Amino acid sequence: MEDVAIVGAGQSVFARSCGESIRELCFEAYKEALEGLDITGNDIDASVVCSAPEYDKQRSPSGLISEYLELTPKPTFYVETVCSSSSTGLRVAWSLIKAGLHKTVAVIGFQKMSELSSRDAAERMGRGGDIIWESPFGITMPAGYAMYARAHMARYGTTEEHLAKVRVKNSHYGVANPKANYRKELSLEDILNSEMITSPLKKFDCCANADGSSCIILAGGDVAKSITKKPIWVVGLGAATDTMSMAGRKSLTGLQCAQEAAKQAYEMAGVKPQDIDVAEVHDCFTVSELLAYEDLGFAKPGEGAGLLEDKETYVEGKIPVNVDGGLLSKGHPIGATGGSQIRTIVRQLRGEATEAQVKDAEIGLVHNIGGVGQYGNVTILRR
Amino acid sequence: MGFENFGTVSFTAEAKVADFITQLEAGKVMATRCRKCGGSYFPPKADCPKCLSSDVEWFEVKSQGKLLSYTVVNYGPSGFENDAPYILALVKFDEGIQILARLSRDIEEKDIKMGMNLTVNPAKLPDNRIAYEFRRA
Repeated sequence: MEDVAIVGAGQSVFARSCGESIRELCFEAYKEALEGLDITGNDIDASVVCSAPEYDKQRSPSGLISEYLELTPKPTFYVETVCSSSSTGLRVAWSLIKAGLHKTVAVIGFQKMSELSSRDAAERMGRGGDIIWESPFGITMPAGYAMYARAHMARYGTTEEHLAKVRVKNSHYGVANPKANYRKELSLEDILNSEMITSPLKKFDCCANADGSSCIILAGGDVAKSITKKPIWVVGLGAATDTMSMAGRKSLTGLQCAQEAAKQAYEMAGVKPQDIDVAEVHDCFTVSELLAYEDLGFAKPGEGAGLLEDKETYVEGKIPVNVDGGLLSKGHPIGATGGSQIRTIVRQLRGEATEAQVKDAEIGLVHNIGGVGQYGNVTILRR
Repeated sequence: MGFENFGTVSFTAEAKVADFITQLEAGKVMATRCRKCGGSYFPPKADCPKCLSSDVEWFEVKSQGKLLSYTVVNYGPSGFENDAPYILALVKFDEGIQILARLSRDIEEKDIKMGMNLTVNPAKLPDNRIAYEFRRA
């Protein structure tokens, strides 16, 4: 069976409020993904559209976006795993190509969150849990991760300062990313003194809602080589789940869905954590990045904070993580996020990440989580 | 009656396990157990996916649980803005189940200790609504 490569990767600017319709938003990412390739929209055999429902009013957005990009009459459909929707889209596109159904597939992720107030968006996210048994208590995404943070602190002595150091790093890199929503460097004090949202997570421990889109174009090996000089190969795919309810969780010191997805992806790619040159992890909250270090095997359980203390996750470190600023700087337009993370790794592996290039990066990893650890997706790419 | 008056805001009413609410109003927090394989469930399930049986029985969650984690929510989503701040907690019980709910308002944040003993009890809310909450054991 032929290998599958990413040939194009694009994203819109992520912004608090884009002032555009979802179709126009998707065009921005689609344009960037196609630029420089020896193909046109006519060569795309199918599209997979990814977002979380109920942020805008459009039902069945895949048909709409397909029409706007003139991808009709090619097949299109919708894929959803909340915040990891576009990583799931990539998995589906890979399978379509691997199965021989299509040669070239576009994965288009988007979210326009600015149509809702912040409290209404929080309500939608609360319903991304168990709506009979847990949403009626007022659970939110940050509250779920805050409980992981509290448990990690109690077991391993992790501190609020450790968490803040994730944001210090990511805000540093966010400054240089023209696609990021938040481009100010934050000090440890700024973060520690920010308003408490859901203890122990403060305002600057949390990413912002945003509008944005992403587009990843995949193709089978022979086609890929004819389209681009720099195909980036999809060599490892892992996907797993944990319970929708918090009540079902067996551990609160790591995300089991991420651990399982990572195991699958490493095995498929035939690599180990120490072989990864650069990673994008799902830092919807500072604690999420710390958990990711441990769930991905970059650090032993409980030792994730040490990587930050030693600056090992900076560009010059042993395992650079989120050197595009992460979700914490870019903002988190749910359905577009996975595609944005993949785009960053593609640029790193092509040597085109001018803002913060990891020297000679050959193997990269993307960790994209849906909900409070409900859907885990790990993707390994190689140049 | 179903789940229409459950919690601060409920999002659906009908379920085969709606008897939970009747028992909650009678003062008991219940979980389900499969009569065939003995598997116990919280959130309660009307069906056992392990043995594909729907022959389940109710049992009361009576043990002293242990606090696994908590968070003080200062920013409530729409519908919950007047509740905040409230404390969400996850508690593990001897019956082999875990429950997410709020801590009773008479427990102050400074008195919370990880691993502390708590019980789960029905809680009357304003406007004839009902839920359950954790109280000091």
